[in-house]
Amino acid sequence: MVGSIAAIGAGLAVIGAGIGIGQVGGKAMEGIARQPEAASKIQTAMIIAAALIEGVALFGVVVALLGNNPI
Amino acid sequence: MDCNHVFDFKVKRLIVVVALLSAFLSIRSSAYAQTDSLAAVAGNEVPSTEVHAEGAGHGAPGGEEKFEPTKVIVEHIADSHMWHMWGETSIPLPVIVYTANGGLDLFSSAHFHHGKEDYKGAVNTYRLVEDKVKVVGADGKIDEAASASLIDISITKNVAAMFVSVVVILLVFISAAGAYKRRTGKGPRGIQSIVEPFIVFVRDDIARPNIGHKYAKFMPYLLTIFFFIWINNMLGLIPIFPGGANVTGNIALTLVLSVATLIIVNLNGNKHYWKHIFFPDVPFWLWPLMVVVEVVGVISKPFALMIRLFANITAGHIIVLSLISLIFIFKTMAIAPVSIAFVLFMDVLELLVAFLQAFIFTLLTALFIGMAVDEHH
Repeated sequence: MVGSIAAIGAGLAVIGAGIGIGQVGGKAMEGIARQPEAASKIQTAMIIAAALIEGVALFGVVVALLGNNPI
Repeated sequence: MDCNHVFDFKVKRLIVVVALLSAFLSIRSSAYAQTDSLAAVAGNEVPSTEVHAEGAGHGAPGGEEKFEPTKVIVEHIADSHMWHMWGETSIPLPVIVYTANGGLDLFSSAHFHHGKEDYKGAVNTYRLVEDKVKVVGADGKIDEAASASLIDISITKNVAAMFVSVVVILLVFISAAGAYKRRTGKGPRGIQSIVEPFIVFVRDDIARPNIGHKYAKFMPYLLTIFFFIWINNMLGLIPIFPGGANVTGNIALTLVLSVATLIIVNLNGNKHYWKHIFFPDVPFWLWPLMVVVEVVGVISKPFALMIRLFANITAGHIIVLSLISLIFIFKTMAIAPVSIAFVLFMDVLELLVAFLQAFIFTLLTALFIGMAVDEHH
């Protein structure tokens, strides 16, 4: 029972990260479409933001892991 | 709604501050109480589920061992006292343990025979239980009190893998540094051509934009963590001997790296940095709250660095191992091509993540240093 609840928690964390990375990627594409010459700068900033969001999602995954079975 | 008239008198302001603080504290304490009761419930439930799992294990027909993906995955990402090669073959690593009565004991982990046998030291007898060294009492059972006080400073798989990566880093960079000394003023050649783009990348894209003109002082640290994390991530992706250890996916190692960042950021903090933490420009009634928030911020930034690196690398390894486990869960060869294709895809993605995490760790460290040494105002 504990394990399944941890899995739901991991799933919820992934929903949040998916929305966040989707927003970042979508806006970055809009930006690149508007200003193709700034593509490399936008990409760098996008990757940093995506990694930060991913980090938050992985907090959730770690908590879910710890709830499932301690490492 | 404008509530500013509440703050017209000092006494009223103080009442508001005290009320807010007490409300905050009461919320906190009730939250703790809830988690405690939850933990108690979870603690009660754990034994029953374990019994359940054991029952299922015994109920499995035939003599074949039941495949437990979670156990296998945790075994592969966890640290170990021996370096597994294939089948039953593994490289034994030195075990160094300190006990209060027996002093320092040094022996090879081959004596344990994969946990099947005990090792008799000069004073204590040791046993390997789930890859942890425990002290065995005179009655042949594990002496819990002595095992709790045992200090294990063994050369484990992660430490050995770290030595491998350190040797790689030293070989690459000592030869590159020597080449720069010999060939001053000439174009890069050989190994220089590999490392120079990355060093220039760290300088021009990480250090200079985030730290400013004082970047040169921090370049050695930034380059060290960048290459250390990157090479360890890449070695972790190799499934066979020289790699295969989950070094950067070990929370102790990421803790040490983030503590190094914490110390460097705070030792280099100038008076603006400390003023911002302890005397921020806020109304006096907000001051007690702001100081707490800022001090938590000092700790939480390296803490996030630690968790990010650990979780990213561990999650990558878990995904690859889960995809491989699918073959054994379904017990069919038919799933293997799908599994291998996905593993290949994930491994290529992990190559990107290996670089990205080294980049992010270095970039955020540079950003925090930049915030600490900034001279504006």
